Amino acid sequence: MGRITLDQITKSFGEAQVIPPLDLTIEDGEFVVFVGPSGCGKSTLLRLIAGLEDVTSGEIRIDGKPATDLPPAKRGLAMVFQSYALYPHMSVRKNIAFPLKMAKLPQEEINRKVENAAQVLNLSPYIDKRPGQLSGGQRQRVAIGRAIVREPAAFLFDEPLSNLDAALRVNMRAEISELHQQLSTTMIYVTHDQVEAMTMADKIVVLQAGVIEQVGSPLDLYNHPRNLFVAGFIGSPKMNFITGPEAAKHGAHTIGIRPEHLRTSKESGEWTGRVGLGEHLGSDTFLRVETEFGEMTVRTIGDFDARHGDTVYLTPDPARIHRFDESGLSIR
Amino acid sequence: MATAHSRTAARAMISPAVIFLLLWMIVPLAMTLYFSFLRYNLLMPGMEEWTGFENYRYFLTDPAFSTALINTLLLVGGVLFITLVGGTLLALLLNQDFFGQGIVRVLAIAPFFVMPTVSALVFKNMFMNPVNGLFAFMAEAIGMQPIDWLAEIPLLSITLMVSWTWLPFATLILLTSLQSLDSEQMEASEMDGAGAISRFFYITVPHLARAGTVVVLIETIFLLSIFAEILVTTNGGPGNASTNLTYLVYAESLLRFDVGTGAAGGVVAIILANIVAIFLMRAIGKNLDA
Repeated sequence: MGRITLDQITKSFGEAQVIPPLDLTIEDGEFVVFVGPSGCGKSTLLRLIAGLEDVTSGEIRIDGKPATDLPPAKRGLAMVFQSYALYPHMSVRKNIAFPLKMAKLPQEEINRKVENAAQVLNLSPYIDKRPGQLSGGQRQRVAIGRAIVREPAAFLFDEPLSNLDAALRVNMRAEISELHQQLSTTMIYVTHDQVEAMTMADKIVVLQAGVIEQVGSPLDLYNHPRNLFVAGFIGSPKMNFITGPEAAKHGAHTIGIRPEHLRTSKESGEWTGRVGLGEHLGSDTFLRVETEFGEMTVRTIGDFDARHGDTVYLTPDPARIHRFDESGLSIR
Repeated sequence: MATAHSRTAARAMISPAVIFLLLWMIVPLAMTLYFSFLRYNLLMPGMEEWTGFENYRYFLTDPAFSTALINTLLLVGGVLFITLVGGTLLALLLNQDFFGQGIVRVLAIAPFFVMPTVSALVFKNMFMNPVNGLFAFMAEAIGMQPIDWLAEIPLLSITLMVSWTWLPFATLILLTSLQSLDSEQMEASEMDGAGAISRFFYITVPHLARAGTVVVLIETIFLLSIFAEILVTTNGGPGNASTNLTYLVYAESLLRFDVGTGAAGGVVAIILANIVAIFLMRAIGKNLDA
C-alpha cells in the first residue's frame, strides 16, 4: 500500500515561502514524477514527504494515517539520493542490509532478503566490494537495493540519474521502470529532465515556484497543456509561441505550435522564413527558422536539404495549434 | 622530470638540503650512540673510558626503568583516550549551529597555544594545590576531603594537564573531519531507521576513523617525550611515581651527571618509540589508505 495525500502543505524557510498551500494525491502503485526547473521546490516537496524537512503547515497522510509528525523512519518510505549516499566504509552487502539491521530483523532473514535484492539488481558479483570500487551505475543499483529490501510503502527518488552518463541514464531509466512493473509499489521521482518524466511517469506533476502548474499523464500534458509554462516545459525542442495579429487570427492572445507539428517545404506554405542553424541528427533535422513572428524551431525529415540562409515555407497543423489567453491559460 | 638530464639536475639541486638534513640527524644520533658506550660522568672530567654495554645493563636493570616505561605508556595511553573521546564529543558539540560559534571555536582551540610549563604551573598552583587550589575549594564546598593531586595521584594529574593541552588539537582535526561528512549519508541512515546513537556509531565514527588515526599518530610522537609538565610540577616524584622515560634520561644525565647512562637511556627510548610506532601502524595504519 502506498497512497500519499498532501493536504494544504506549505513550507517556509524563515521569511521565504517556497511552497504555498498545495494539495496532491498520489495513488497506490502510481509512478509519479515531479518535474520543473531548478529551484521550483520539487526536491523540497519530496523531502517534506520523506520527513527530512518539517512542513510549516498542512497535513501529510500515508495510507490514510496522519504522518505529518512522524520521523522519517516511521513513515515506511525509502529514498534514493542524488549522490546515492552509500555508506563508504561498508560493503555492498552491509549497505543493503543496514535498514534491515536497524529494524532488528533476524540475521537469516536479512541474509535472504539481501541475496534476493542483489539477485534482482544483478549485484551478486560485487556484493562484497565497497561502494568506492563500483562504477556510477552499480552504485545507483546498490542505492536502489538498499531501498527495496525494506519493502516500503513508496520509493522516493531525488534526481537519481543526474550523475550518470547519457547511455547509462537510458539503461537505468529502463531498469527503474522495469522495477516499478515488478514491484508495483508507489514511486515518486524528482527530476528536471522532462525526457525522464515523459518516459517513466504514470502521472507528471509540473511545478514552478512551489506551485503545481498541472497534473496529468505524459500525453495529457503534451496534448493539452493547461498554460504557457507547461506548454513550454513539456516537449523537446520547446514549443514555438506566436503573439500578435497572427495569434488574433486564431482568436487567442498567444498561439503555440510544436516543432514536430510544422510541415516544412521549400516550395510553398503558410509562413515564410530563412534557415538559421540546422541540427542534423540523422533521423530528424531541427532547423531554426527566422520568420516574421520571430525565431521558430521546426522538426523535419532527416535528409531535408536546407542550408544557412535558404528560404523555407512552414505550414502548421491546424488541429495541433494550442491557443492561450492573456493570462497564459489554455483556451479549450 | 622527463629527461635523464633534468633528473640529474634535480638530484644535484636537492642534494645540499638532503645532506644537511642527514647530518642534522646523524651527528647527534652518532654522538649519543658513542656516549652510550662510554663511562662518562660529568663529575669526573677526562676519565672517559670504553665500557661496552655496561651503561645499558645498568639502565635496563635499574628498578626505575620499568616504572618509567609503564608510566610512559600509561601517560600516552591516558592522554590519547581522553583527547579522542573528549575531542569527538567536543567536535560534535562545536559542529552544531549556535550563536557565537566562531568565537567559541577559537576559544576552544586556545589551550593549544599555552606553553606546557605555564599550563602545568597554573594547574599546580591554582587548581591542584590542596590548600589554595580551585579543586580543593570545590571539594570542600561539597563537604569532601580535598585531594593533594600531585602527591596522591601524580601520574593522573599530569595526564589531565597534558590532556587539557592536547584536547583542542584532537577536537580541531575531528571537527574538520566531521564537517566533511556527507549530509545525504546522515539523511539516508535516518530514512533507514537508524536512531541518533546508531547513526553516531555506524556512520559518524567510521567516518572519523581516518582523522582519529592522524590524531593518534601525531599525539603519540609528542606524548612519548612529555617533559616540561613533569619538571615543573612533580619532578618525577613522589619517588618515581611520575617519572617517564624522558624524565629518567634527564635525571641520569643532569641530576646524577652520568652522561653515559643517560645516552644509553636515550637509545633505549628511541628503540621503544619505534616499537610503539610499528604497533600503531599495524593496528590502525590501514585507516589511512583511501
